[in-house]
Amino acid sequence: MTDPILKISNLTKRFGGNTAVSDINLEIQPQETVAIIGPNGAGKTTFYNMVSGRMTPTEGKIELEGQDITGLPPHKISRMGVSRSFQINNIFPEMTVQENVEVAVTAFHGHSRKLFNFASRNKAVQEEARELLAKLQILELADRRAEVISYGDKRLLEIAVVLATRPHLVLLDEPTAGMTPDETKRTTSLIRQLADTGEYTFLITEHDMDVVFGLADRILVMHRGENLFVGTPDEVKAHPEVRRAYLGEEEEEEASA
Amino acid sequence: MKQNILLGVLLVAIALLIALPWYAPFFYIFIFTEILILGLFAVSFNLIFGYTGMLSFGHAAYFGMGAYTTAMLLLHQDWPFVYTLFAAMALSGLLALVIGFLCVRLSEVYFAMLTLAFGMMVFTIAHSWRDVTNGSDGIAGFRIKEFGLGLDLTIGNPAVYYHVTLVVVGIAALILYIISRSSFGMILKAIRQNPERVSFCGLNIRSYRLASFTIGGIFAGLAGALIAPFLRVASPELMHWSMSAEPVLMSILGGTGYFLGPFVGAAMFVLLETWITSFTESWMLFLGIVLALMVMFFRKGVLGTFLDWWMNKND
Repeated sequence: MTDPILKISNLTKRFGGNTAVSDINLEIQPQETVAIIGPNGAGKTTFYNMVSGRMTPTEGKIELEGQDITGLPPHKISRMGVSRSFQINNIFPEMTVQENVEVAVTAFHGHSRKLFNFASRNKAVQEEARELLAKLQILELADRRAEVISYGDKRLLEIAVVLATRPHLVLLDEPTAGMTPDETKRTTSLIRQLADTGEYTFLITEHDMDVVFGLADRILVMHRGENLFVGTPDEVKAHPEVRRAYLGEEEEEEASA
Repeated sequence: MKQNILLGVLLVAIALLIALPWYAPFFYIFIFTEILILGLFAVSFNLIFGYTGMLSFGHAAYFGMGAYTTAMLLLHQDWPFVYTLFAAMALSGLLALVIGFLCVRLSEVYFAMLTLAFGMMVFTIAHSWRDVTNGSDGIAGFRIKEFGLGLDLTIGNPAVYYHVTLVVVGIAALILYIISRSSFGMILKAIRQNPERVSFCGLNIRSYRLASFTIGGIFAGLAGALIAPFLRVASPELMHWSMSAEPVLMSILGGTGYFLGPFVGAAMFVLLETWITSFTESWMLFLGIVLALMVMFFRKGVLGTFLDWWMNKND
């Protein structure tokens, strides 16, 4: 077994007397795709916020490729190779689709400190941005304003922005949330392709079980902030407590929706 | 095609500005000197507001700092004029760096309030520190003995001073334009639209906000350095909070989304003030009505609204 890319030890986050994430331990190997599932309020997003630097853990340790990143600010964690998407679309609405990705490429290469170049003449940055748009199959939208493209395309655009900083570890927070079934299928197969290239390690939260079982090598089941179970998709499907705590609820939710 | 027409209009406007002393009434030389200086002040403000998304209510502090620097260096040290411009930029930039360092960690209304508070403090210092600033009378009685750069210009001639202002403002505007179109400028625009996404792209947004704030301060200082010889005085009013409101109003009038918007706003502001005050005292009432209409119906300002309409026409 190789060294883990991400090692989480005893990670805990309390808000006042409320424990949102409680004593989570997790190791992720390079090139692995790990999914976190759990009902709303299970602590998935809080977990993400700690790994990406948006929140400081109350207790515990986060190590990225052997380096302690616990409590570092987001821009430092991003520089060290972690990139994330958000549940709610988080893009630059007034820029074109291509410019959205150019911002991230510019930031990654350190061009952002250049005051006296013309950004619109930086062919290398533009080429790199277009390659990423092509990877996400939204190249034909390159010149559209980001706010006018469809919801599903915005989510793909955000993944392109996330990948533009060449992360080793990619955190996707419900990448298919709010998508139509067709969009979900397309997005799942795109993430599958990206994972198969071996360039990225993915950590994904997701409500859609088909997406989770289609993508994940391993699954962490969270319930009320705690680690309920970690295992392969088949193990998760067979686990009685998981079925009761989560999968059952999900079916009820869907039935009532 | 439309781009070329715009470029043509811009070139004609620049030619008209250069030739102004030869066709316009003497009075308008003063008016347009003021427009250029306040236009630079407003554009320097808009780098912070329109591009980076920070509403600074204390921008007059740097404008005033530039004016005092030039006035004092001319009065006490007999520096050549051009050198005082660089000194004004350096000191205003330094002041903006210090104040900005304390302000950029806050966002939205808290940032605005803190910049206003610092602006009032700087005003009070200029107003009360009589030994250095000469209190409410300000620094007056200075003279430009030498222009600098080996040029022999009679700065006392309003037409000459107008041309000096035009060249200095033109160079400054060009530098600010290049910055606004640079990779750095692109990051500033991204920060305005979504600061969180920028920090998750690996950039410390505070550093970029501070850099933008400081550059804005440097060029506000340059505008201030130009206004002191024009008014023949550097007084605390130049630092008053109502002076900080002027670039805000000019930017909104002209439009924050286009680089030249604040210049158009400054021209409207000064010309309307001149024309309206010639037949009524209550020019602020009229300005208030115009501003209210702009904010309610034409958010993009005069230049922004016109250009957006014209660029989308027949598309």
